[in-house]
Amino acid sequence: MKKSGPGKYILIAVCVIFVALFLVLPLVFVLVQAFKDGILPYLANIGDYYSLKALGLTLKTMVICLVVNTIIGIIAAWTVTRYQFALKKVLTTFLDIPLSVSPIIAGLLYILTFGRSSVLYPFLSSHNINIVYAVPGIVLVTIFVTLPYISREVIPVLEAKGTDEEEAAALMGAGALTIFRKVTFPHIKWSLLYGAVLCAARAMGEFGAVSIISGHLRGVTNTLPLHIEILYNEFKYAPAFAVSSLLVFLAIVLLIIRNVAELQGKKREKEV
Amino acid sequence: MYVELKNVNKKFGTHEASHDICFGIEKGKLVALLGPSGSGKTTILRMIAGLESPDSGDIIIDGKVVNDVPASRRGIGFVFQSYALFRYMTVFDNIAFGLQVQKKDKKYIRERVMELIRLTGLDGMEKRYPNQLSGGQRQRVAFARALAPSPSLLLLDEPFAAVDAKVRHELRSWLKNMIRQVGITSIFVTHDQDEAVEVADEIIVTNLGRIEQIGSPVEIYQHPATPFVAQFIGNSAVVEDYGRFRGFREVEGLPHAIVRPEYVEAFKQDNEKYRDLIDYAEEGTVEDIAFRGSYLEVKLNVCGATLTTNRSLERRELQKGEKMYVLLYRLYVFDHDRAQLLENEELKGLEIVGG
Ligand SMILES: Nc1ncnc2c1ncn2[C@@H]1O[C@H](COP(=O)(O)OP(=O)(O)O)[C@@H](O)[C@H]1O
Ligand SMILES: [Mg+2]
Repeated sequence: MKKSGPGKYILIAVCVIFVALFLVLPLVFVLVQAFKDGILPYLANIGDYYSLKALGLTLKTMVICLVVNTIIGIIAAWTVTRYQFALKKVLTTFLDIPLSVSPIIAGLLYILTFGRSSVLYPFLSSHNINIVYAVPGIVLVTIFVTLPYISREVIPVLEAKGTDEEEAAALMGAGALTIFRKVTFPHIKWSLLYGAVLCAARAMGEFGAVSIISGHLRGVTNTLPLHIEILYNEFKYAPAFAVSSLLVFLAIVLLIIRNVAELQGKKREKEV
Repeated sequence: MYVELKNVNKKFGTHEASHDICFGIEKGKLVALLGPSGSGKTTILRMIAGLESPDSGDIIIDGKVVNDVPASRRGIGFVFQSYALFRYMTVFDNIAFGLQVQKKDKKYIRERVMELIRLTGLDGMEKRYPNQLSGGQRQRVAFARALAPSPSLLLLDEPFAAVDAKVRHELRSWLKNMIRQVGITSIFVTHDQDEAVEVADEIIVTNLGRIEQIGSPVEIYQHPATPFVAQFIGNSAVVEDYGRFRGFREVEGLPHAIVRPEYVEAFKQDNEKYRDLIDYAEEGTVEDIAFRGSYLEVKLNVCGATLTTNRSLERRELQKGEKMYVLLYRLYVFDHDRAQLLENEELKGLEIVGG
């Protein structure tokens, strides 16, 4: 390698200081605040009835979101890369909308679509379907907000791979499912996992859209981020930080899963 | 005819990739689709396989119109230009794939795969992944994989394009022998005329989405049906104003002529064997001599035109600038769509060595 001047070290220093100030320090403060009174009060704060309810709702939302978006993401990626059709550009643009639109707007859109002022409302209420200010609404907006994460990871991989392996398999008489399982899936599994981790992390952390549509019913429609906000607004700092630390831990677990998976993937990639 | 295409047309947008394609292939033949890049060879192959569907016309395999039969039901073996080996499967699994799809029993699959591995000389490679193989080995795996389900038709798209020149020659004769041994009707695509001539029983020449000529390698060499074929095949040079050469009069409406090395004979001025022919020869000057491995390629200036002839290494040495006598046996004269072979009138009726 070329001998590098002081530039390298200056750049490294800039990155490290930036990350330390903007990421590590706040995280450390959260943990310090959470554990300020020791481990028992901490556990009490987390084990609080409403906190556990919020955790349950968050996990439930995340899992549904993950399942739906994985299926939709794979189908969308497949469609966009394997077929030519008139509105393809429009479709890919729409897929990216959740990334560019503020989540608040996503929440409002769903209120408008399913709320009291909507043309659908008479139908929904006569069938006892509650979406707004209820769990289904929370799940729907979260799916909306996290929609692009998986397809965005998978599309470039499918595009780069080309179609000839699939054509070869089809020529040998393989059906669509066999082709996907044995030929396509091995190519996309790491990007799929990566997308899924991003999707899960985002689903757990979503605040804006959920805040609009949830109605903040404690123990019913409160997710972890909403619960934290309520605690904070009530000046219950220690519980707020304790629950925050829970979200941080969940995020860290996801990051670890991702890194391990990536490492495994790289290792296998080298063998293959 | 085992495979037949009848008036097949295919457009991509406004681009005519196949125009009124008609040909038939007999069972057991090894046929080459030969043409420059972009002339529509791959498109024809993909339509036969069912990977593209023609806009109009019929594709008939073994007496049945297969236009509406999906690729997966046509029972065709296909070797892709890029091989398209399954990257995440071992050599064994690659070859076994078609048999597994057919739900053959494990023992049969194992035997069949090992038989193909032996046949293609891949012994000991069965646990490797495609990117642990050389280009030539990958080509063999692709071939074995296509053959494993015992298809009745084998299609190969530029099967040698991705291997380096040294291996290519060896693989060509290997593939030819292998196809003979298996006895399968095969169509392969190539843009390399040497490859087509060396490997195929029959050659279909394509250009701009059309078929220019169908025939045996010898026919195509000796009797090119169109100006394109004449120029594309062999080492051809185009000469204008060919009426200047002895024994040739310009034909009405056919102003251009193609001269191939085989049409030209050059001999030293003191050559005894050709002495009687001096009266029919032109005088030419050696412009350039190039060594081509087993012969010399000699360029001569004759009446202001440059003609090329091939000279055996057994004959006497030449110098640049040397004056020689040059005989022109025949020309291939043409205009846009019309062409004919033109014999040297003065040589007609003479018994000529090499003529
Ligand atoms: N899927 C496609 N979409 C658009 N154009 C295509 C497609 N496939 C082939 N073509 C065009 O058709 C012409 C013939 O292509 P091809 O059959 O691949 O030629 P060859 O194999 O002789 O090089 C080329 O000009 C190519 O650009
Ligand atoms: Mg091609």
